[in-house]
Amino acid sequence: MSLVSIHEVHKYYGDLHVLKGINLNIEAGEVVSIIGRSGSGKSTLLRCMNGLEKYDDGTIILDGKEVSTDEFQIRRLSESVGMVFQNFNLFPHLTVGQNIMLAPTLIRGMSKPAAKELALDMLGKVGLADKFGQYPEKLSGGQQQRVAIARSLAMQPKVLLCDEITSALDPELVGEVLKVLEQLASEGMTLILVTHEMNFARDVGDRVVFMHQGKVWETGPAKDVFAAPQTAELQQFIGAVL
Amino acid sequence: MLLLYTQGLCPCGIARMNYQLNFADLLNYQDVLLSGLWMTIKLTIVSTIGGVLLGIAGAASRRHRNGFLRRAAACYVELIRNTPFIVQLFFIFFGLPAIGIKMSEIEAGVLAMVINLGAYLTEIIRAGIDATPKGQIEAARTLGLSSRQIFFRIVLPPAFARVYSSVVSQCIIVMLGSAVVSQISVPELTYAANFIQSRNFLSFESYLVAAGFYLVLAFVMRLGLNALGSRAFSREEKPA
Ligand SMILES: Nc1ncnc2c1ncn2[C@@H]1O[C@H](COP(=O)(O)OP(=O)(O)O)[C@@H](O)[C@H]1O
Ligand SMILES: [Mg+2]
Repeated sequence: MSLVSIHEVHKYYGDLHVLKGINLNIEAGEVVSIIGRSGSGKSTLLRCMNGLEKYDDGTIILDGKEVSTDEFQIRRLSESVGMVFQNFNLFPHLTVGQNIMLAPTLIRGMSKPAAKELALDMLGKVGLADKFGQYPEKLSGGQQQRVAIARSLAMQPKVLLCDEITSALDPELVGEVLKVLEQLASEGMTLILVTHEMNFARDVGDRVVFMHQGKVWETGPAKDVFAAPQTAELQQFIGAVL
Repeated sequence: MLLLYTQGLCPCGIARMNYQLNFADLLNYQDVLLSGLWMTIKLTIVSTIGGVLLGIAGAASRRHRNGFLRRAAACYVELIRNTPFIVQLFFIFFGLPAIGIKMSEIEAGVLAMVINLGAYLTEIIRAGIDATPKGQIEAARTLGLSSRQIFFRIVLPPAFARVYSSVVSQCIIVMLGSAVVSQISVPELTYAANFIQSRNFLSFESYLVAAGFYLVLAFVMRLGLNALGSRAFSREEKPA
């Protein structure tokens, strides 16, 4: 069974039909890039995968658990799926170390010393071990985003969802975040990324999912999709962004 | 101006300008005054702590999933904000015994202050809570925190920090408002001043001294609470 199975998922915001029957299976270890125009439903799909948003029809099964917005479910899901946001969303009143240790101690019942070791480990992974005692506001955007990644990884999720995580960064800071993602990909982490970084999608991603008007319009291996897009819409999209 | 005075047109009358201040006679009542001051300080400490806790509970209720709790908290706030403090106090001390709830002057005074402060702080803290970026709550949910954990660990601390100076001001307002509980014979600072001037008729000096004490109290309180706040909300790097 796939790590993520999405079957005939529909989502409405009032009268607005945002997801129109999404079908998608993602295997463990895959790096999947979701691309498409603004408003095509990429964020909504991602948010449905971890219970932040309710879907109205269909099923999403992630790591064998059916996704729902029930608080208890989300709590169980948090052990399988992590999410990194465009705006980092670090907790400003906690130090970098406290940000990372919070969920492992509260949710996994880890002891403080063990959580601290874990946090330092994760910070090392993103190259920020020296920022453990610092507050987020003292860090650059790129550093904050790397801490957010470390915070997600500390829960040891099976899949990491990333929603345009480099879009709020100054151009010169994008590279350091992409490098962390590339390293995670090489370690076999399952990544589902909504991204505008087409080079990254092509070079690091295994598969590309092109969303258009609330549907998975076209999908395929990253190299093929960019080299030979099948639909006129994807051709147009690639032409516009590359 | 001077002309007005000499012509006797000033309503305050020029004769009073020759008033001889007599602080020496107040010294006989030093103990009354100091125990009144101490009572005011105790009332303030207890009602500040109680009021802050009630304000947090009120703000949590105002933003709770449970609709009944939300409406109950809203009613409480409106009820307190739209009635005079002295009426609230009299209701608790003179009114409640009619339905069998009796308490001492001090208990009634503290209760009235806590309830009053709690209502204003509910609104102040709620405003801080509403300024929480939505993304932080989503990040916390994604990490698996429960609603309760999110409120107490993610939402409340920065919300409280955000509105802290308003919280301090409101606590000081209630400290000054404690003068009103002299009306039910709680022997606090204003009660002491009333008592002294009724004995020696030195109204001017008694109230002047009481005012001075309140001024110092307010000043020290603001200084102390601000220091406490900047310690608690400091974002200086912490050793690993
Ligand atoms: N909370 C919401 N309420 C109403 N409409 C929404 C909400 N979130 C997104 N939408 C709408 O749903 C559509 C898809 O949005 P989104 O998933 O954010 O697209 P994308 O991430 O691809 O830009 C858009 O038309 C957007 O305006
Ligand atoms: Mg989006």
